[in-house]
Amino acid sequence: MTRTTKIVGVGAVLAILLVGIPALINISGRWDLYYTLTSVALLSIASGGVWLTFYIGRINIGQGAYALMGGYVSAILVVKYGVSFWLTLPIAGLFCGAVSVLIGIPILRLRGVYFAMITLVLTEVARLSMLALPITNGAKGITNIPLPGAVEVFGLTLIPDFATLSNAKPAFYYLSIVLMILCFAGLYRLVNSRLGKLCRSLQQNEELASSIGVNIAYLRVVAYVISSFLGGIGGATFAAISQSVYPSSFTIADSINFMLNCFLGGLGYVFGPMLGTLVLYFGWDLLFQTGEFQLLIFSTVLIALILALPNGLLSLRFSKAGKESVGRE
Amino acid sequence: MSELLQVIGLTKRFGGLTAVNNVSFSVQEHEILSVIGPNGAGKSTLFKLIASFLRTSGGEVRFRGERISNLAPHITARKGIVRTFQETTIFKGMTVRENVVIAHHLRSKASLFGFFIESPAAARDEQEFGRSADQILEFLDLGEIKNEVASNLPQGHLRALGIAIGLSTDPTVLLLDEPFAGMNHDETRRAVEMVRSVRDRGVTLLLVEHDMSAVMKISDRIVVLNFGEKIAEGTPEEIQSNESVIEAYLGIEDESIGL
Repeated sequence: MTRTTKIVGVGAVLAILLVGIPALINISGRWDLYYTLTSVALLSIASGGVWLTFYIGRINIGQGAYALMGGYVSAILVVKYGVSFWLTLPIAGLFCGAVSVLIGIPILRLRGVYFAMITLVLTEVARLSMLALPITNGAKGITNIPLPGAVEVFGLTLIPDFATLSNAKPAFYYLSIVLMILCFAGLYRLVNSRLGKLCRSLQQNEELASSIGVNIAYLRVVAYVISSFLGGIGGATFAAISQSVYPSSFTIADSINFMLNCFLGGLGYVFGPMLGTLVLYFGWDLLFQTGEFQLLIFSTVLIALILALPNGLLSLRFSKAGKESVGRE
Repeated sequence: MSELLQVIGLTKRFGGLTAVNNVSFSVQEHEILSVIGPNGAGKSTLFKLIASFLRTSGGEVRFRGERISNLAPHITARKGIVRTFQETTIFKGMTVRENVVIAHHLRSKASLFGFFIESPAAARDEQEFGRSADQILEFLDLGEIKNEVASNLPQGHLRALGIAIGLSTDPTVLLLDEPFAGMNHDETRRAVEMVRSVRDRGVTLLLVEHDMSAVMKISDRIVVLNFGEKIAEGTPEEIQSNESVIEAYLGIEDESIGL
């Protein structure tokens, strides 16, 4: 791909996300799609974090814990201390990152299914902690979280107060899409820099990596912190949109979904979790009418997809391109 | 010549089993020293101890007088003692060139964040690593296959790639774990040449090897282990006529030691 086609491609995607989709929704009047797509964008941010832990060779089923933590940090700061949502967003991410250092240092030494099991438990630990901690208000959760306020710089309103908008849904859509774009641009940059290569060296052979001087323990923690940061950001924004957060806001099922999103989209492709989240979320909704068979059909299709495309949905496009280039030679 | 690496009373116990027992020897600068011994003699364990992949139970390893045992493996590697692996351990999913470029990591001056934002130092490193990788690949005759994915390579090339990865770290001492295993006569001959040329670059080599004829051809000195203990040390000629070595290889000595 040349530089110009790349720029055109990126521009087209941005235009579709920021102009095309809102226009289509306005024309068709399907306002509910705003909420759906906002959810997809936020879930894909959390999934992007999970994807990064996959990239260093760890199966992470604990992202729900960080999403929940991020949601609570933001909610508590906004409701109890009156901090602006815009400030709590990075704080929630950083808080999750800091916690993940403490959790990551001991558990990242584990590999394979052992790491996966520990992270699975982590989600449950987070849920129970939120039930038990004095500051989280137990099972009742935190409700009536005010909408994000205005951001003003020198009297210039950069972001209007969401509460004054007649409809906050498009605003949340833009917020989530921008966050998602930032997240995946960052991940893309990371993966294509030397840092990404080092991550891949961990994924393929930790012993060899350390023998060539890679500080594997440090790198593992760095990747895990970024992953948890993204989980926290996703969770905090989710709490702001639903204006509430409960211990059951993110459960083990969500953690598993984050992981499935990565599998479905493709572990080898940065944008895999984005596509995976979209397909999984809409797929689940489309099957709603099948009632009690929803889960059965859903899981059957998923298993079939993973069997047929072990490298994820995005491998479709790449394997085709690969074949063409072989044909030309 | 000076003593580069000293192994002093090195001991490793796994539960009740003493895999390496009070082994001492030293490695001179620019020499090729081979460690031989029957299966289970503790050769690979000794290597792992030197490269800090295992913690010692007793004794120590000194590099230029400085104690290096029980450091983290990547720290030992940064000091210049780099290990290649017994199995064909490489980054299978990367191309040959990517393998070698990534192995230059040790030389990098830029920080992780520098790489992320592509700081000038990172860009310079990246360029220089590419050049150096190409040189090393040429040097080891891997230039033509540098864009192959590593998992598709035949044995001989994999071994060469392993050595290329080791060389990329710019080591002072390179530990080669069975570099000639599973090779036919012709491949071994070429590999022996390769190891010699690596030494000629100024690298000190320590190798564990089963192929006796190759060991006798290539080594300046040989250390023989049996049941975790050092039973002999000397030049290939001395080792070939050493009584206890012949005893250790009893029954197979004729072919295996080349007598």
